[in-house]
Amino acid sequence: MTSSTPGAPRSTGHIVDEDATGIPSFEAAGGDWSEIAEEAARLGEERIVVNMGPQHPSTHGVLRLMLEIDGETVTEARAGIGYLHTGIEKNMEFRTWTQGVTFCTRMDYVAPISSEAAYCLAVEKLLGITDDVPERATVIRVLMLELNRIASHLVCLASGGNELGATTIMTTGFTAREEVLKIFELITGLRMNHAYIRPGGVAQDIPPGALDTIRESLVTIRHYMRQLEDLMLANPILQGRMKGVGYLNLSGCMALGMTGPVLRSAGLPYDVRKSAPYCGYETYDFEIPVADTGDAWGRMVVRIEEIYQSMHLVEQTLDRLQASGPGPVMVADKKIAWPAQLAIGSDGMGNSLDHIREIMGTSMEALIHHFKLVTEGFRVPAGQVFQSVEAPRGELGVHLVSDGGTKPYRAHFRDPSFNNLQAVSVMCEGGLLADVVVAVASLDPVLGGVDR
Amino acid sequence: MSDAPQEPTSGSELEAGQDAVSAGGRPPLDVIDVRTGQFGASGSGDTSGYGGLVTTVVLPGPTARPYGGWFDEVVDILAEVLEESGTPFDAAVTSVVVDRGELTLNVAREHILAVCRALRDDQDLRFELSLGVSGAHYPHDTGRELHAVYHLVSVTHSHRLRLEVAVADGDAHIPSTVAVYPTHDWHERETWDFFGIEFDGHPALARIEMPDDWPGHPQRKDYPLGGIPVEYKGATVPPPDQRRSYR
Repeated sequence: MTSSTPGAPRSTGHIVDEDATGIPSFEAAGGDWSEIAEEAARLGEERIVVNMGPQHPSTHGVLRLMLEIDGETVTEARAGIGYLHTGIEKNMEFRTWTQGVTFCTRMDYVAPISSEAAYCLAVEKLLGITDDVPERATVIRVLMLELNRIASHLVCLASGGNELGATTIMTTGFTAREEVLKIFELITGLRMNHAYIRPGGVAQDIPPGALDTIRESLVTIRHYMRQLEDLMLANPILQGRMKGVGYLNLSGCMALGMTGPVLRSAGLPYDVRKSAPYCGYETYDFEIPVADTGDAWGRMVVRIEEIYQSMHLVEQTLDRLQASGPGPVMVADKKIAWPAQLAIGSDGMGNSLDHIREIMGTSMEALIHHFKLVTEGFRVPAGQVFQSVEAPRGELGVHLVSDGGTKPYRAHFRDPSFNNLQAVSVMCEGGLLADVVVAVASLDPVLGGVDR
Repeated sequence: MSDAPQEPTSGSELEAGQDAVSAGGRPPLDVIDVRTGQFGASGSGDTSGYGGLVTTVVLPGPTARPYGGWFDEVVDILAEVLEESGTPFDAAVTSVVVDRGELTLNVAREHILAVCRALRDDQDLRFELSLGVSGAHYPHDTGRELHAVYHLVSVTHSHRLRLEVAVADGDAHIPSTVAVYPTHDWHERETWDFFGIEFDGHPALARIEMPDDWPGHPQRKDYPLGGIPVEYKGATVPPPDQRRSYR
C-alpha cells in the first residue's frame, strides 16, 4: 500500500518526522512533573510533545490530541481520530433502509435523534414521499429533535464545567438532562439508541399522558437552567477561563466549514432550520441566538440561549399535538410503512398482539406482506440526495445513494463533530496548555459521530 | 423547488446545456450496473425462475434546460465566470443533473479547482461554505468507477448544489481543493482513506479513520464487510455480506 511506503504521509507524521528520530524520549504518564521537566532540561531537549488521549477524561471520548509545548504554551496541536471507527456507514450498505436507522442512531450518541431524522428525511426524499409523512409524525419529530438539542447542550455545558473542576455545574446539568432522558424512555422505550424515527414517520405514537409529563419536565428543566445560569454566567472563574479562549473568527469559521454554535458564536445566524427548513420548522416561532465574541464563552452563552429556544419550540409542538389529537404517525403507503405497531406485552415490548393475531390467524396476505416488508424491505428508486439538519453541534448532512435496491448503496454522514475538530489546531496553537481543554469542550465533539 | 423555470439568458448557454443530450432528444441513461437474478442464491439450481431476471441499474441522467428555479441562473453565471477566466464551460462541466429538487454538476477533474474557485468567489454565486467531500464506488461503471462528491452551500443566497467528479479506478487522481476550501483537509483524507482516491496537492494525504498501516480502502464495494458466521441452536447464520439478499 502506498500509505505504508517510507516517506508517505502519516496521521502521526509530525511526531515521527525526521527530526524526531534519534532523540531521547521519556514517558510522561503519571509521576512527578518536576522530575520529568528536570529530565527534559538535563537532556537539553526543548521540544516536548505531550500526547493527550485517546484515553483522557477531558477529551469527550477517544480523541487523541498531540500537543507540542514550550513551557505552558502550545506551539503545535494536532487531533488524531479514528479510535472509535466501527464502519457504521459500511454496515448500513448491508441492511435494509429501515434497519439503517438502527445503525445511524449509534453515530452521535449524544444527539441520536438528529442522525435518525437526517437519514429518514433523506430516504423520504429519495422515495419522493416527503409530503406524505403525516403531520403528527412531523410534529413528534420536531418535539424529539428539540428535546434532544436540550439534552445535548446540557451535556456540553455540564461536562465542559466538569473539565474546569466545577462539579456542581456537572451534577446540575446531568440532572436536568435526566429529565429529557426520562421523556425519551417514555416515548421510545430507550434512553439512547432509540431508532425511533423511521422512514415514513416514527416508530409509534407518543404514549397517553406524555404531553403532561413533558410539560412538567419542562418546568423542572427550566428550574435547573436557572441554577446553571446562576452558576455560570456571572462566575468570575468561568469568565476568566473561557473569555478569549478558543478564539475563531467568522472568516476562520467559514474557511473551516464550521457550523452550529461555533459559527453562531462568531456572529453569523446561520441555522439549517431557518435557511433550508425541514420538518416544517418554517411554521414555528423561534430565534437564532448569536454572540459576537467568537470564543468559548460566546459558545456557552449561545448554547444556553438555544436551550431556551428549544424549550419554546417544544411547547409549540405540545400545543399542536394537543390540538390535533390522535392520528397516523406513519405514511399511508403500506408498501413502505412498517407493518406492525409496538405494544407492551407480558414479556416486554414487542409487536402488538392484535397484529400478530391478524397475520397468524386471519389474513394470509397480511402475513406475506409483513414477511416481505420485514425481510426484504422496500425498494427505493435509484439516485442520490443530500439532506441537512441542524444537529446540536452544527450541520449534519446525509449523502445517500440508492441503486434502486432494498439497501442503501452508499450512506455518508457529514458529521459536524468530525468537521469541527479540524479547528483544534487553529484554536489551541499559541494558547496555554490548560486552555486546550476549554477549546475542545467548546467544540463539543462526540467521537461516536466523528469516527462513525 | 420553485416550479417557475427561468428563460436561459443566451443561446450559447442553451446549446451548452443541450450538448449533454443525445441526438435522439432523450437524455442518455447513466447505467452503473447490470445485474441478474433476484434472490442472490448461488451454487444450487435455479428453481424459482427468477435467476433469469436482468436488472439495469440506472442513475438519473443529464437534464435538459430549463432546469427550473434558480438552477438555470447559477449555471449561467458559472458558465460566464468560467469562460471569462479562460476555462471552457463545456470542458469543465460535462453534464448537469437535476433530480429530486437538487442540482448536481458533473465536473471534469482537471477543472474542479477552477469551478470551486468560481463558485466560492463570484458575488452572484458565493458558495462560501463547503460541507465536505464524500465518495461513492461504482465498480461496474467502467472508466468512472470512483466518484468524489462535493456538497456546497451558499449562505448568502440560500442555495445548495453538488459537484461530482468521476475518475477511473486505475487512475484515481483528483486535484485537491484544500486551497479553496480549507475544510476539505480532513474530508479528502477520509475519502482517500475509504475509497483510495488520491487528491493531488493535498498537504498531507494520510489515513484518518483507519490505522496508518491499514491495507485497502474499506468503503469500496470490492472490500468485504467482514464478520463471522454465528451459530444459534444448531443453525448457522452467515455474516451480513454473505447472506442471500435481494438484488
